[in-house]
Amino acid sequence: MSIILDHVDYVYGGDTALAVHALRDVNLVIPDGQFIGLIGHTGSGKSTLVQHLNGLLKPTGGNIYFNGEDIHAQDYDKKKLRSKVGLVFQYPEHQLFETDVFSDVCFGPKNLGLPRQEVELCAYAALKQVGLEDEYFYQSPFDLSGGQKRRVAIAGVLAMKPDVLILDEPTAGLDPRGRDEILDQIARLKEETGITVILVSHSMEDVAKYVERIIVMNRGSVLYDDTPVEVFKHYKKLEEVGLAAPQVTYIMQALYRNGMPVRTDATTIEEARREILRVLGRQ
Amino acid sequence: MLRDITLGQYYQTESVIHKLDPRVKLVATICFIISLFVVKSWVGYAVAAVFLAVMIKLSNVPFKYMVKGMRAIVFILLITVVFNLFLTPGETVFSVWKLKITREGVQLAVMMAVRLSFLIVGSSVMTLTTTPNSLTDGMEKLMRPLKIFKVPVHEVAMMMSIALRFIPILLEETDKIMKAQIARGADFESGNLVKKAKALVPLLVPLFISAFRRANDLAMAMEARCYRGGEHRTKMKPLKYAARDRIAYGVLAAYFALCIVVRIYL
Repeated sequence: MSIILDHVDYVYGGDTALAVHALRDVNLVIPDGQFIGLIGHTGSGKSTLVQHLNGLLKPTGGNIYFNGEDIHAQDYDKKKLRSKVGLVFQYPEHQLFETDVFSDVCFGPKNLGLPRQEVELCAYAALKQVGLEDEYFYQSPFDLSGGQKRRVAIAGVLAMKPDVLILDEPTAGLDPRGRDEILDQIARLKEETGITVILVSHSMEDVAKYVERIIVMNRGSVLYDDTPVEVFKHYKKLEEVGLAAPQVTYIMQALYRNGMPVRTDATTIEEARREILRVLGRQ
Repeated sequence: MLRDITLGQYYQTESVIHKLDPRVKLVATICFIISLFVVKSWVGYAVAAVFLAVMIKLSNVPFKYMVKGMRAIVFILLITVVFNLFLTPGETVFSVWKLKITREGVQLAVMMAVRLSFLIVGSSVMTLTTTPNSLTDGMEKLMRPLKIFKVPVHEVAMMMSIALRFIPILLEETDKIMKAQIARGADFESGNLVKKAKALVPLLVPLFISAFRRANDLAMAMEARCYRGGEHRTKMKPLKYAARDRIAYGVLAAYFALCIVVRIYL
């Protein structure tokens, strides 16, 4: 169970004067069960990249393999692929359309042709996974708050029981509390089900706390692909491409430069605290 | 997928035609369309074809790009041709079963096809070389005399420019929602007509909601900046005729006169 991208190229706009080279020679291996952060500045090609992973876009060059099979082969079942690789778009609440929350979440599994009972079980489980209370199930999705709508939309994808869950900027436009809630829920989901999660974001802060691997995109190519600790060591270069390391990285670097013998590879506030206390304790 | 529709979308490049005052282009387009109905002979169509070809050449828009936009109307063109071909009475040249193709029919069908495609290419030269904003500016100024008859010229122009502005936004939105629903296993392509129509619900409902939301936001933004209709509004860049616009009017008048001459004498 893995996704392999082999020399993937993508050009928007074909051969017209308006052609844009969105992806250049992207090579990635996404094994099972990883929690991955995909980071890049606006227009770096991250959204284009994730739309390749479930076959919505066809690369203009190179191949994509899911479990060893070329997803653009003639007889490949794309619908099946899309149920296995669930993609939650940016502002997913804009795709809600049903009269009540529950039927909307049923849309995905129903399209897979499952029997009705199973569809409803999937939908119920998905709504529970995103932490939506029962009282909202039969309300119109349009009466919910922004954060709740987003949960419903995420549940809509989860209900198809994907092996890989991709979330494109799941926290865009949410307040800090809504953001933390959604991210915590995703982390818990990852923990419980062991699925692969790819979190697309432009904020290192969001991602650093959760993921085990970070892929940094810049102008359509992969700039870094490593553990957070390793990636944040390049914080100078990250700034050049319009990103930033988490704030704690800067604090630790500053402490180190000013003569405090701390290790500078802390990525979360908790780690930084422990490291500073360790050093202080020793002194 | 939906971005392939180029009919009437502005194509950015440098050219004489791009620089012309939008009023000139509007008047020229109307005159060109009228001229297509004025001429009746092949000579007349040749004159129109030459005029159109020169305009396309001057506009610097690749011909390929223009033809790509035509694809959408091929169907309408086909229907017209077929109807004219079979339903015009006259001297029979060829007959299949009860259907007769007449000499007059062939002539009329070809003429209609030429006329229609010229009409569409001609007006797309205008929309391809003029931004929607300057187009409505030009329209507003041209229609100003109608104010005497209490026509809300400014409001109409504003509505038009908003409508035009929304086309690419809604296309993009449609594309996005479509992809999102496909990612949830929706199928917009297979099945019979009823099934296809039903499959559109998950696309249309979010699209309408988003259109209303955007309209609401826009109204709010306009009001927040104290927008209030036509009276006493000034323009940052008022339209002014330059020398090349006068020359263009001259060329246009010459072309139109030629068409009338062709109609009368040939």
